[in-house]
Amino acid sequence: MSTIDEKQQEIVDEFSVFDDWMDKYAYLIEQGKELTGLKDEHRTDNNVISGCQSKVWLHAEYNDGKIVFTADSDAVLTKGLVAMVIKVFSNEKPDAIINAEPWFIKEIGLEENLSPTRSNGLNAMLKQIKFYAMAFKAKHG
Amino acid sequence: MSLNVADIRRQFPILEQQVYKKDLVYFDNAATTQKPKVVIDVLDEYYKKYNANIHRGVHFLSSHCTDATETARKTVQHFINAKHAHEIVFTRGTTESVNLVAQSFASEFINEGDEIVVTRMEHHSNIVPWQLVCEKYGAKLKVVDIYPDGTINMDSFKAALNAKVKIVAFTHVSNTLGTINDVQTMTRQAHSQDIPVLIDGAQAVQHTHVDVQEIDADFYVFSGHKIYAPTGIGVLYGKEEWLEKLPPWQGGGEMIDQVTFEKTTFNELPFKFEAGTPNYIGAIAMGEALSYVSNNGIDAIKKHEDDLLNYATERITTVDGVRIIGEAPQKSSVLSFVVNGVHPYDIGVLLDKTGIAVRTGNHCTQPLHDWYEIPGTVRASFAMYNTKAEIDYFMDKMQQVLEMLR
Repeated sequence: MSTIDEKQQEIVDEFSVFDDWMDKYAYLIEQGKELTGLKDEHRTDNNVISGCQSKVWLHAEYNDGKIVFTADSDAVLTKGLVAMVIKVFSNEKPDAIINAEPWFIKEIGLEENLSPTRSNGLNAMLKQIKFYAMAFKAKHG
Repeated sequence: MSLNVADIRRQFPILEQQVYKKDLVYFDNAATTQKPKVVIDVLDEYYKKYNANIHRGVHFLSSHCTDATETARKTVQHFINAKHAHEIVFTRGTTESVNLVAQSFASEFINEGDEIVVTRMEHHSNIVPWQLVCEKYGAKLKVVDIYPDGTINMDSFKAALNAKVKIVAFTHVSNTLGTINDVQTMTRQAHSQDIPVLIDGAQAVQHTHVDVQEIDADFYVFSGHKIYAPTGIGVLYGKEEWLEKLPPWQGGGEMIDQVTFEKTTFNELPFKFEAGTPNYIGAIAMGEALSYVSNNGIDAIKKHEDDLLNYATERITTVDGVRIIGEAPQKSSVLSFVVNGVHPYDIGVLLDKTGIAVRTGNHCTQPLHDWYEIPGTVRASFAMYNTKAEIDYFMDKMQQVLEMLR
């Protein structure tokens, strides 16, 4: 199992204890509140992934063969989703990111958030993460 | 006469539903209303028993559908008190009605340097069609200002009217603010300078009595689906004299009189604007929906919805950090608000999980939200089948949701 898959499994295990929607979302909010790390200088329009309703900022840096993502959102629930996505994909090699699928989102019952019409920016963010991985791979081999 | 809401609720099958194992509380009526059985039955019955294309067949079914469609046209006529049935054009909805008028009117009457006036509270559907024709013909779009409470600034309105203005378009009721505009006065002022008006009635006809002759509207448009009718059917009312002056917008079947490759002459009103097979079963069902509203009594519906709005407004005001967007003295059925430090999206998603359907976001009025400098609002909008008990549940859940998010 790749480390990306391991991290996804961890999230799935954490969510498995909740059977109530509200508990699930309370946990998501907690994740959102713990998301820090996006520096103010990276909170720029250039880094905005525009959803219709909630905004997501995503910044990527290449560090010693791995990509480090930092991100934020103006909506707490989106922030929670973003936090989990970052946890899964950050600090990984470009190839690993390119080949990974974010299956955990469906597994924890939040796949509705992936719909392109959901307009919370998550779908676009996942695409952007893959673009970054491809770009860094092209640049650094 | 007051409404028997319990009885009304039984007429709407969808309201018996549960979502996420919670009773559905449907507060997104400004986006679309649910349908009563009588309307659903029309669709079912017509496709099972009567379906045939209208206005062309000599056979039984075609005659039946043609008659029913023209009866529906008369129902619409009486519902908004139009002078003639042929002043009622069936369209796909409000948006298509506005586009029809904008395109057709502009091709005849808009020249470079002319002006078209709209207000700051318009839905995108009453902005973009005018923008398109402004670009095409080199005209200018002028915007009438509003006050922070969500009422039209009438000084700004008057100031916008001049000899260059060829048409003024404004909403009867704001879908975001709930403001009921004084459309009669606005129309009179435009007419005093010989400027015709188009009124967007999408959020008005289902909540309040509309009399197009009393308003003296030149064009009045609305959608069926917001007044308990199916989607894909709507109305363009136009004064006969105006509809006669406008050229056809789309070409095709039914709208023609004689066709040769050299020249086509067009059918009379309203058919010259109804190219192609219209949504006739939708129109028949819309007629049924309007009759349903009339049978319940639009004044009784208005009274009930006003009570709901006042009750919800009173209760939401007690919630810490809530700011109501749209506090006009005359409002209808729409309660939009923001909560300090909480994103509307988060509120909407969590309320959904409690069975409550509200709208969040910019409600297709981006310029209005930019003006208020807010990213969006939460909007609860009421219909005849909503109850105070639902508002109580909504308030309880709002408290719970806000505790989670703060």
